[in-house]
Amino acid sequence: MHYLPHTAEDIESMLQAVGVEHLDDLFSTVPEDCRLQEGLDLPEALTEWELDEHMAALSNEMAVSPEYRVFMGAGSYEHFIPASVSYLLNRSEFVTSYTPYQPEMSQGTLQAIYEYQTLVARLLGMEVATASHYDGATALAESLLMAVRITGQRKVAVSSLIHPLYRRVVKTYFEPTGYEVLELPYLNTGLTDLSGLDEMDGLAAVAVQSPNFFGCIEDLKAVGEKAHDKDALFVSSFTEALAYGLLINPGSSGADIVCGEGQSLGIPRSFGGPALGMLATGKKYMRKLPGRLVGQTKDLDGKRGFVLTLATREQHIRREKATSNICTNNSLCALAAAMYMASVGGSGIRELALLNHDKAEYLKAQLKKEGFTIPFDSPTFNEFVVEFPPGFEATYARLLKKNTVPGLSLAPYYPELANHYLLCVTETRSKEDMDALVREVRS
Amino acid sequence: MKESLGTTGLILNEPLLWEKGKKGRSGFSLPRRDVESCPLAPELTGEGPDFPDLSEVDVVRHYTRLSQWNFGVDTGMYPLGSCTMKYSPKTNETQAGRPGFTGAHPLLPAGLCQGILRMMFELELYLAEITGMDAATLQPAAGAHGELAGMLLIHGFHRKKGNKRSKIIVPDTAHGTNPASVALCGYRPVPVKSNEQGILSVEAIFDVMDDDTAGIMITNPNTLGLFEENSRKIAEVIHGRGGLVYCDGANMNAVMGVVKMGAIGVDVMHLNLHKTFSTPHGGGGPGSGPVCVKKHLEPFLPVPRVVEENGRYVLSDDYPESIGKLQAFHGSVGVIIKAYSYIRSMGPENLKKASQLAVLNANYIKERLKGVLHLAYDRPCMHECVFSDKHQIDDHITTLDMAKRLMDYGFHPPTVYFPLVVDGAIMMEPTETESKEELDQYIEALKAIVNEAKDDPNLLHGAPNKCKVKRLDETLAARKPCLAG
Amino acid sequence: MKEIDELNLPDDIRYAEDHEWARLEGNKVTVGLDDYAQDQLGDIVFVELPRVGDTFKQSEEFTTVESVKAVCECYLPVGGEIIAVNSELEESPELMNESPYDKGWMVEVNPTDPSEMESLMTNVQCLEKLKGAK
Repeated sequence: MHYLPHTAEDIESMLQAVGVEHLDDLFSTVPEDCRLQEGLDLPEALTEWELDEHMAALSNEMAVSPEYRVFMGAGSYEHFIPASVSYLLNRSEFVTSYTPYQPEMSQGTLQAIYEYQTLVARLLGMEVATASHYDGATALAESLLMAVRITGQRKVAVSSLIHPLYRRVVKTYFEPTGYEVLELPYLNTGLTDLSGLDEMDGLAAVAVQSPNFFGCIEDLKAVGEKAHDKDALFVSSFTEALAYGLLINPGSSGADIVCGEGQSLGIPRSFGGPALGMLATGKKYMRKLPGRLVGQTKDLDGKRGFVLTLATREQHIRREKATSNICTNNSLCALAAAMYMASVGGSGIRELALLNHDKAEYLKAQLKKEGFTIPFDSPTFNEFVVEFPPGFEATYARLLKKNTVPGLSLAPYYPELANHYLLCVTETRSKEDMDALVREVRS
Repeated sequence: MKESLGTTGLILNEPLLWEKGKKGRSGFSLPRRDVESCPLAPELTGEGPDFPDLSEVDVVRHYTRLSQWNFGVDTGMYPLGSCTMKYSPKTNETQAGRPGFTGAHPLLPAGLCQGILRMMFELELYLAEITGMDAATLQPAAGAHGELAGMLLIHGFHRKKGNKRSKIIVPDTAHGTNPASVALCGYRPVPVKSNEQGILSVEAIFDVMDDDTAGIMITNPNTLGLFEENSRKIAEVIHGRGGLVYCDGANMNAVMGVVKMGAIGVDVMHLNLHKTFSTPHGGGGPGSGPVCVKKHLEPFLPVPRVVEENGRYVLSDDYPESIGKLQAFHGSVGVIIKAYSYIRSMGPENLKKASQLAVLNANYIKERLKGVLHLAYDRPCMHECVFSDKHQIDDHITTLDMAKRLMDYGFHPPTVYFPLVVDGAIMMEPTETESKEELDQYIEALKAIVNEAKDDPNLLHGAPNKCKVKRLDETLAARKPCLAG
Repeated sequence: MKEIDELNLPDDIRYAEDHEWARLEGNKVTVGLDDYAQDQLGDIVFVELPRVGDTFKQSEEFTTVESVKAVCECYLPVGGEIIAVNSELEESPELMNESPYDKGWMVEVNPTDPSEMESLMTNVQCLEKLKGAK
């Protein structure tokens, strides 16, 4: 096996140095009745070339661009990724290092993550951001637990327009803790109905997502004011990070904790993972943050350098009293996002966000023109809901055969929304793609 | 002695991103605008983020220079104990990078993603076979996330039985993630000490196990690199009082094909694909922490699960007792593909060989260094061995000094000051992918450092000397936190 | 780290088992961490102080002190109400290292029962205990 460097002669002389005769003798401390007698029942080893063939066959069974036109977002977005980002991200000094416990040998990762934290803080309008979390959903769950820790309250109010799968993750995290999750319904404008908050007391947090699951842009200022009136923290979530290239950021709308998914920023969809959980807050809560943080410092000569810091929050020091159990996070995904943000730049991200918005508006207008209903009239970014006529399932199935995925059916998540579909348009969809989609759904 | 690996090449300085660039530059080919602009209400629009504008060359040089300040397994030996920094085969990267995988939307109808579903289904079977368990989930994003999943499964199991149990036993040698995961799930960790041999005794467990204890979390092989010889009997004690046994499988790389945890009383365990199954760690993740369970815990696994129906694969949510979801989608699929690719490349015999050689390498280091450094437990080890700075205390040299000096010799330092049960611990895990020559050179470097500790201690106090920066002031970083520029 | 005979343990204050010190002056008790504790912890980087008005029983945890890689829980040597906290520690936690008995004090307490001071060790007893432990 070419990953194992030992020759028979090496093994022989090393066994001698250790003082045993056979490789099996190395396991003398494993009691006889714990040892496996038979071999593992796994497929025989493949050569590299056989593996290529096998994996290519599996990969070919997947519906992806450019053969397929996928008008589906819902927390996972198709965006162009510059070759420079993919290329740089593959540098093995980044890929094959561990968490930077030894800072002098890991300055590359550390400076890059410090830069990432800075760019994320700027994108979201916050003061500090963590080095990364697993995904947007776990970042939300950790944010809500952080709010519970800060306020000492045991209930959180969560908008029903937060991604349904994110809410399931929150439920899973909260289930054994005894903390309560209350849900805020939605209005027919496609925004969260905040009126129920008046009746709720003892809240640790009020959480909304913007753009929300229907693609609509929430009035974050209003949510923030309402949350603060109730002495709760305002947690602002997102699934489409690119939106903040254009929209007013959550920080300047009064958010206390901002969390969400950074996949849009240079990370391939990869069937949903690995993704990038982003989490940011103000300086006053930085010691309550879950997860790794990189900070700037100096070396013995007074030169600038970077280290993992505020580690006393973490599990390896505080154990059961830690702010989270997180250890390995999604550092390489954060690095990809930093490279992407650096490549697109301040001017570019705005252009790109505008283009996403305008393309989605184009498709929305064309569908409207053809008589399809746009049920929620609040402004949207690059996703929106369409109500198709009853029986649209047949059209949907026909379109799949024609290599087009015309959005996501909302009925499994919102049973009251039969025939409603969530459509997404990013910069990767051309006008022709959209015109073709409209022609198909019309016929 | 061979010439030292450590040297100082030409390493370039590089400012922070926003200290370079110029408005008007761009590193991105803006997609064509083929639709009219359609302004959004001004009260909804912001200023846009204050990012620097850089050219593509600026960005490429920036990250190339930064990468050169880093050390990875591809650079050299990285014996970070407990982290299993084995070589990450390059074909795994090629496989995970195939466009059919990277471009796949996670909510595609099953008919349009058969390739990934099949791969996931098969990997679950392989992992169950390697661990001797009955079923698996690939959803947890990392080891600690797997631990949380395991605790939630145990919680779900007891709740269904109508037991309200409040405690989990956690040995003092455990990773910090163990008590933290226990607490995150609302349980109270009950510490138990390991014995003078560095392992758990049946009596110690018998003394703390009671009807209010939901189970035990046991790392096997443990963080001292020792096999928990009493694990079978410990499991009997736990099961006897209605508890469950969780195995932290972070060290499974030592016993593939040698021990099946399912056969020695384990009910649920996690694996770290980024340790045992060679996926690279990426400077801090992404990892992947699949959880394997016995039949009685299967109903509680997270959803959706990949199910085979007449040769086709579908995702099923139909598990009413499921603990729910741990991530929005299906786990770190990009990482999962690499582990699948590794297992298919290795086959059953080579997986076992990998464990044998990992154990051989660790024992070889242990034997060759045991007269040089203080060995915490002088008995056969598994994949890692733990030394300490006890012999250097009189010279006022600490573990940290030796670790920093090792950098100058061109090696990444081992894990230091863990496990907590050994004062000044130095925990070495060479992994199976280091050759005898590498190990010999590493051993010689440590011997040289131990001599320097006596003859010229300042060399160690001032180390490292050959890295991009000198020793960094962690106190300043924590006293005056500067987390963003 | 300091040898035992290098430790500074003044005789005008009392010491608790966990190395908090207490100085009774009139009706108030000033509390801090002793030289041994600050030396063991190393560079102190953060102190999470209680709020004025909080009350604690004797030996109840009232704050945590952090070094780069350790967290130390501190227990109040005499029960009572916190009447002042040393807010300079927020900006300059190093005062606890540099001046443990003076500028590095942590809180002032209005003791519920000043006789609790009697249950604490004198500097001589504290030193004996440290020697015994060694």
